[in-house]
Amino acid sequence: MKALIVIALLGVVTMMSEVFRFKKLLLPLVVVGLLAACGLAIGDWNTAIRYYSDMVYFDNYSLAFTSLIIVLTLLWLIISKGYFVSDSSRAEHATLILFTLCGGVIMTAYSDLSMFFVGLEILSISLYVLASSNKHDLKSNEAGMKYFLMGSFATGFLLFGMALIYGAAASFNLVKIAEYVQTTAAHGQTPMFVYTGVLLMMVGLMFKVSAAPFHFWAPDVYEGAPTLITAFMATVVKTAAFAAFYRLFSTCFGDISGFWAQTLAVISAVTMLTGNILAVSQTSLKRMLAYSSIAHAGYMLMAIVAMNKISGGAIFLYATAYSLGSLGAFACLHAISKYGDESIENLKGFAADNKIWAGLLGVIVLSLAGIPPVAGFFAKYYIFYGVFQSNFTWLVLVAILSSLIGVYYYFRIIITMVQPRSEKATVLPALTGAHKALLLISALLALGIGIYPAFLQGLLS
Amino acid sequence: MNSILQVIPLNYYVALAAILFSIGVMGVMFRRNAIIVFMCIELMLNAVNMLLTAFSTYHGDASGQVMVFFIMAVAAAEVAVGLAILVMIYNNIRTVDINELNKLKW
Repeated sequence: MKALIVIALLGVVTMMSEVFRFKKLLLPLVVVGLLAACGLAIGDWNTAIRYYSDMVYFDNYSLAFTSLIIVLTLLWLIISKGYFVSDSSRAEHATLILFTLCGGVIMTAYSDLSMFFVGLEILSISLYVLASSNKHDLKSNEAGMKYFLMGSFATGFLLFGMALIYGAAASFNLVKIAEYVQTTAAHGQTPMFVYTGVLLMMVGLMFKVSAAPFHFWAPDVYEGAPTLITAFMATVVKTAAFAAFYRLFSTCFGDISGFWAQTLAVISAVTMLTGNILAVSQTSLKRMLAYSSIAHAGYMLMAIVAMNKISGGAIFLYATAYSLGSLGAFACLHAISKYGDESIENLKGFAADNKIWAGLLGVIVLSLAGIPPVAGFFAKYYIFYGVFQSNFTWLVLVAILSSLIGVYYYFRIIITMVQPRSEKATVLPALTGAHKALLLISALLALGIGIYPAFLQGLLS
Repeated sequence: MNSILQVIPLNYYVALAAILFSIGVMGVMFRRNAIIVFMCIELMLNAVNMLLTAFSTYHGDASGQVMVFFIMAVAAAEVAVGLAILVMIYNNIRTVDINELNKLKW
């Protein structure tokens, strides 16, 4: 809770920096504030307090995810300095990022459907602005518009589902809804409202996490938005969305999992296959990473399908591994796409110019592909193991198959990277210190988690 | 307050909300003018508001009506951002037809 308050206040203070002329202090202030918030979140570990008559509930699950998204934002800030110095609206950018983070924290910690809705909207509204923040670029405008339309459309479904659940359970509180669902399910008389409500909320949430067949907005938005914002959306926002999805279904609807688990299993299989197959044919690295993030959404959905003792830890480990990998990959993309061209061909000659950094990028790509001994492999391992225990063997087989497809295009990045540069290609700008730092940190963390994955997984089991 | 539900049963409210919601969904999917799409999204949210109010009266529980206020406030904020994005697009391409937004394709 303290972390949430610090982040919200920090957002307000950064907004004032334009008026009170302390813009130079903006970035240091944000970094210090976020470090403090992260420290406070970790300091609350094992306390599990319910605040404001059970509106938010900071248990270990939400504290772990809160710390994760704050750390990811801090890592993201390393490469995003340019976004906060170049033009006049840097204070607004910082504020919006902090408010997004604030919404994300509420989404990991809500204990009442109304808080879930408010958190989701704080996150989404800030992101609509951020996605279209490149005002004169029509692509960015279009991305913002598409994101806005799809986002508010999805919110409509989510709210209709919430209203139906409220109609049945007479409360928005997760604990009371869970009790209601449990008692009615025990007597075998779950009302139609609950079933319809669960389905509609599932549709809304699947829009938000970009699961197939509701994924079509994601590649467009990810491609059109400024690269830094895409990196933020693909990591911090996706993690928060999955935290919220898992929290809702594990707290409330575990007792009627017979109703939705099969559906969700099919959707998760379709999502990972769609993401991976469409990623193969992409020529733009940014769009390829967008499809890869759809595929990873499919894997994370598997943890919600499994819904057993280890899935909480598994989804946390997976979100960490995936976000670190994506941040590293996006850092590299940001470095090579200075001229607005995000084609994968730009990577040619990358390895010859920067031997060490190309190696680190290789580690990150291996982690995303799920090759041992890097973090991504163990993340996948725990997810698959949980699903296997819940008797969805076919889903594990599909997931392994789609991982193999994934290996193909991830290796294309590595192969392109070691090829010699073609004659007429423009020479790329050298990697800046910030990009190098982020590559180094994410690669080291990916390796470290790969060596000792049980620590992160065990936090929530 | 319960008298109104004795005159018109709860099911009627649910059906009306579902119909309004479906009209909103159809509008978002098939209309191409961005302003009308915004209106259809508002229609979806208002269908939800009506449903919440009906349930709130039915249960004699105020939290549903509080939720309506949340939804109204958030919807206002959301549409403000949406219209700002729309104005920005209009300044760049001089139209509000969302079919013109086709720069991003695979």
